[in-house]
Amino acid sequence: MEVSKENWTGKISVVTIGATDKEGGTRSSQVTLGGETTLPYLFKEGDIPNTPVIAMEVLDIEPTDWPEVLKKPFGDALKDPVKWAVKCVEEYKTPLICVKLTGTHPDFGNKSAEDSAKLIKDILQAVKVPLIILGSGDDEKDNLVLARVSEASKGERCLIGDATEKNYKTLTASCLADGHNIVGQSPIDINIAKQVNILISEMGFPLDRIVINPTIGALGYGMEYAYSIMERARNAALIGDKMLSMPFICLVGQEAWRAKEAKALSSEHPEWGDEYSRGVLWEIETAVCVLVAGADILIMRHPKAVEETKKYIDNLMKR
Amino acid sequence: MGLSGLEIYKLLPKTNCKKCGFPTCLAFAMQLAAKKVSLDKCPDVTEEAKKALESAAQPPIKLITIGKGEDALEIGNETVLFRHEEKFYHPAGIGFLLEDTSSEQDLRKALEEIKKLDFERVGQRIKVNLVALSCKNNDASKFESALKIILEGSNLPIALVSDEPSIIGKALEVSKDKIPLIYRATKANFKEMAKLSKSFKVPLVASAPTLEELESLVKNLNAEGVQDIVLDTGEKNIAEKLWDLTQIRRLALKKAFRPFGYPVIAFTKSEDPLQEAAEALTYVAKYAGIVVLKNRNPWNVLPILTVRQNLYTDPQKPLQVESKIYEIGKVSDKSPVLVTTNFSLTYYTVESEVESGKIPSYIVSCDSEGMSVLTAWAAEKFTAETIAKTLEKVGVKDKVSHKEIIIPGYVAVLSGKLEEESGWKVTVGPREASGIPSFLKKLGK
Repeated sequence: MEVSKENWTGKISVVTIGATDKEGGTRSSQVTLGGETTLPYLFKEGDIPNTPVIAMEVLDIEPTDWPEVLKKPFGDALKDPVKWAVKCVEEYKTPLICVKLTGTHPDFGNKSAEDSAKLIKDILQAVKVPLIILGSGDDEKDNLVLARVSEASKGERCLIGDATEKNYKTLTASCLADGHNIVGQSPIDINIAKQVNILISEMGFPLDRIVINPTIGALGYGMEYAYSIMERARNAALIGDKMLSMPFICLVGQEAWRAKEAKALSSEHPEWGDEYSRGVLWEIETAVCVLVAGADILIMRHPKAVEETKKYIDNLMKR
Repeated sequence: MGLSGLEIYKLLPKTNCKKCGFPTCLAFAMQLAAKKVSLDKCPDVTEEAKKALESAAQPPIKLITIGKGEDALEIGNETVLFRHEEKFYHPAGIGFLLEDTSSEQDLRKALEEIKKLDFERVGQRIKVNLVALSCKNNDASKFESALKIILEGSNLPIALVSDEPSIIGKALEVSKDKIPLIYRATKANFKEMAKLSKSFKVPLVASAPTLEELESLVKNLNAEGVQDIVLDTGEKNIAEKLWDLTQIRRLALKKAFRPFGYPVIAFTKSEDPLQEAAEALTYVAKYAGIVVLKNRNPWNVLPILTVRQNLYTDPQKPLQVESKIYEIGKVSDKSPVLVTTNFSLTYYTVESEVESGKIPSYIVSCDSEGMSVLTAWAAEKFTAETIAKTLEKVGVKDKVSHKEIIIPGYVAVLSGKLEEESGWKVTVGPREASGIPSFLKKLGK
C-alpha cells in the first residue's frame, strides 16, 4: 500500500490582522491566518501553519431578535458596544473582535458615519486586540460609514468588509489608503468570489490582504451550498488559482442563531430537548461544517459555543 | 473500476473460437468492457481470469447491508471524494453504543430514548440507524440477555461488539435473522471471526490500528472467503482519523485499491456531548459509513442528522415540494393566501412559521425548479407571469372569496406587474419567514 498524497502546488495567502506599535498601530497582539498548502487538517500532506481563529461579534446596536439563551451571558453589555467588546476580551479572552455596524442600516437605526467612527475609536481605546469591522450591507450607507471608519482606524491593520461585485471601489480605496485588509463577499457563488478578488486587486490592492466571505447558511438552512462552494474554491486554490487563494471568513453566529432549531423554546419543541445546549450546539455545528470545508476565521456569538469550538479546533490541530 | 477492452482481452483464451457468438476474442472483450454481454458466454475462460474480471466489475466501494426490512442500513457504494463532483449516495448510519453491564431497566430506557431520535425536517424523515451492544466482561450469558432486551425493544439493525469469537457466535445464534454487524475481526481472531461471518452470512468489521495492518487484515479475510467487510482504524485523534478516512476513500476511488473498497465505521472518542457532536459531524462529512455515538440527547443528535441530510442532498437536484395550494390549519374562504417557491427549505420554513402563527392560511408554492425566492427571482423562475399562471393552475379563486395574495418581501418589486397579470391585489409580506406570524396577526386586525 502506498498512501495517496496530492501534489498541491498552490498555497493560501497569509493575512495578518492588527498592527502593534512596531508597525505603527496600537494593538497589543496580531492574528495571522492562512498559509495552508493542503486540504483542511490533512497534516501529513502539507502545511497548516495557522490555527483557525474565532472572533466574537459585537453589534453597534442592541440586538432585538436574539433569543434569551444568547442574550443572557452578555446582560447589560448588549446595550453598550464598548462594554460588550471589553467583556469579550477580558472575560472570554477573544483574540479578535468583529464589530458589525448593523445599526447604520437606514432601516435599522440609521446611525451616522460620525457615530460609527467614534465608536470604533472608543473600542480601539478600550481593547487592544485587532478588529474586524463589517458594514450593514446597505451599499450607499456602507460607502459613507466604512470610509470614515477606515480613516478613524488608520494604521491599525483592521479587516474591513464587505466589498461586493457591485460595490467595491470606495472600500478598496479606503483600505488601501489606510493600510487595512479587506473582505471580498460573494453570494454563495465561486465565480463571483473570484471576480470580486480580481476587481479588488485590479485597483492595486495586494492579494495577501484580501479575505473571502463566501456567505454561508446555517446548518439545515442551505449550509451545504456554502460547504461545496468552499470546497471547490479551496481545491482550485491548491491547484494554483491565485484569485481564490485567500483565507475564508464565515459569519457563523449570525446564521446559526436565525435557525429555528437554535432559537425555539423547549416548550415549543419538546422533542428537540434542552434549549440552551441545543442553541449553543447549533452554533458549534455550523462552525464545524465550515471548518471542515476550510474556514480560517469564524465570527461567533455565544460564549459557550466559542469556548467549545475553540476546544474542538485545538483538538483538530493535534497531529 | 472497470477494465478496458484490451485489458480484458489479455485475460481471454485468444483462440477466436467464436463459441461466444462473436468473431474474435477481441470483439468479445470490447462487448464485455461495455457491459453488453456476460463472461459466461465464453466456455474456455480460466478461473483466474474469471476472478480478475469479477473483481474489476465490482463498484470501487462495496455496498454493505446491515439488518433487513425497511430499517436496514445500506452503506458504501460511494463514487466521489467531494459532493460537488457528483453526489454522496448512502447516508452515513448513526448508531449508539450500549453496554451489556447496564441494568435491564437502563437498557430499556436507552432504547426508548433512541426510538425518539426520529425527526421530520423539510418533508423528510431523519432518524438514527443502529444499536451497538458491547460485551464488557467477556460474560456470554450476560451479553446474550442484554441482546435479547435489545432485540425486543428496538427494530434498528444491531452491531455485536466483542473481540471474543465464542461470545459473538452465541450472540449470532439468537440474532442472526437481523443480519447484525460483527465488531470486530483483528489480527488475533480473524480466522474464527471469518468463519462466523461466513456461516451466519453477516458483515464483519476489520479492525487494525494502522492502514498497513488494515490492508493485510482485509487480504486475510478475503482469503478466508469474507467479502462483506466494514473497515475500522480504532481510536485516534480527530485529525489522524480524518487522514485514515481520507486515505481509505482516496485509495478506493483513485487507485482502485481493493482492500480499502469497503465502507468505514468510526467510533467517537469524546465523552462530552458537545465535543462528541462536533467530532461526529466531522466524520459524517468526511467519509464515514457509520458513526457510533455515546450520547443520545435529542439536542446532540438532531444537528448530526441534519448535517447528514444536508451533505447527502444531490447538489444538482435541490429538494422540491409539489407546486400546488397547501392548506395550513382549519382554513376558510376568508383565509389569507401566501405565495412562495417550491424549494423544500423555503416552503417548509414558510409552512412552519404559518403554523406557529396559528392563523389558518393557504400557501401556494410556485414551480421555481427548486430555487429559493431571491435566486428564483434572479433566474426569472419566480416572476409575475409564473406566479399568475400558478394562481390560475392551482385554482386559488375556488378556495377563497377574497382577491388578495401575499408575496415575499424580497420580491416586492413584482407587485405592480403581478397585479396586472393576475388581477389579484398584491400585499407585500415580510422578507424573512420569521416575520410571518406577526405579519398575519396584524393583517387580521
